[in-house]
Amino acid sequence: MQALYVIMVILLIISFAFDREKTWKSIKRGKNKLMKILPGYLKILVLLSLVLLFSEDFIVEYLGGQNIILGSFLGLIIGSITMMPGFIAYPLAGILLSRGVSYMVVAAFVISLKMVGVLTYPVEKEYMGVKATIYRNTASFAIAAILTLLIGLYYGEVII
Amino acid sequence: MKKNKEQDHRLDYGIFAAFLIFLAVSQLINFDLGMAMGENFLIFARDMILILPPAFIIIGLFEIWVKKETIEKSFGNSSGFKKHIYAILLAATTVGGTFVAFPVANSLYHKGADYSSIFSYITAASLVMIPMSVMEASIIGLEFTLLRIGLSLPLVVISSIILNKIFQQGNYVLPANV
Repeated sequence: MQALYVIMVILLIISFAFDREKTWKSIKRGKNKLMKILPGYLKILVLLSLVLLFSEDFIVEYLGGQNIILGSFLGLIIGSITMMPGFIAYPLAGILLSRGVSYMVVAAFVISLKMVGVLTYPVEKEYMGVKATIYRNTASFAIAAILTLLIGLYYGEVII
Repeated sequence: MKKNKEQDHRLDYGIFAAFLIFLAVSQLINFDLGMAMGENFLIFARDMILILPPAFIIIGLFEIWVKKETIEKSFGNSSGFKKHIYAILLAATTVGGTFVAFPVANSLYHKGADYSSIFSYITAASLVMIPMSVMEASIIGLEFTLLRIGLSLPLVVISSIILNKIFQQGNYVLPANV
């Protein structure tokens, strides 16, 4: 994260050296863009605070079930809906594995968590439009499902 | 139309303010559910406050300085397979994951990137983020992480190429001036 500030400062200095006017214009452009989308980000913040209340318990309780297919399916769904920072998601995945939950179920959850964003819809649709947002997330869900199956096959947890 | 949009936002900010008040009151009266929500809220709010302002200034610099031809050459229709490599490299180094990738993708598009580059970029941004992948490897295992990245990238590229075909046929354009 510090890297982001270092890059910004370096770019600003270079930009300023070449053209003051353009630099101010750039900063203003960035500020205006952020102000336009801010309500979208705030919506996601509120939704996330709510969803995270339930998702951790849900994951620990339901993904550890005996049925690997059902577990993977639930993993895909909950991973798609919720969103977590890595420092919550990965320790949680570690707990699941230490309890004997299969790699396939953990993969379902971890991969869909990254690839599919239901909660990020308010921001994604502003930048990508409704159609592209829906298509991209549908494709991502399909990829997450394929990857889950491949990882299950790799670890020998499911056999076709 | 414009006025409607502004009123919309006022409602959004109103709801958000009410939510903040709810969180604050929860702290005061020790309301468990509200306090737990406050914790979740802070986790994400801190990230957003720290990441979004510098990210958007860099996006602003990008839009003002970078010429359309430059992006067209590397991310445009004529760039061939290379654009996917560029998109994935850019994604691996994007700080903030998809939150930052969405506005960046929109800017790239309006500078001449085609659909397949930006789809590859957005999806890869959450998949191959370097700090996250390092964390994953240390907890779940390096084998798992390599497997996940190795298997997912080809699928992401294939799906982007298919989506590109679909979107090129229609007259779909991404929102401008956002």
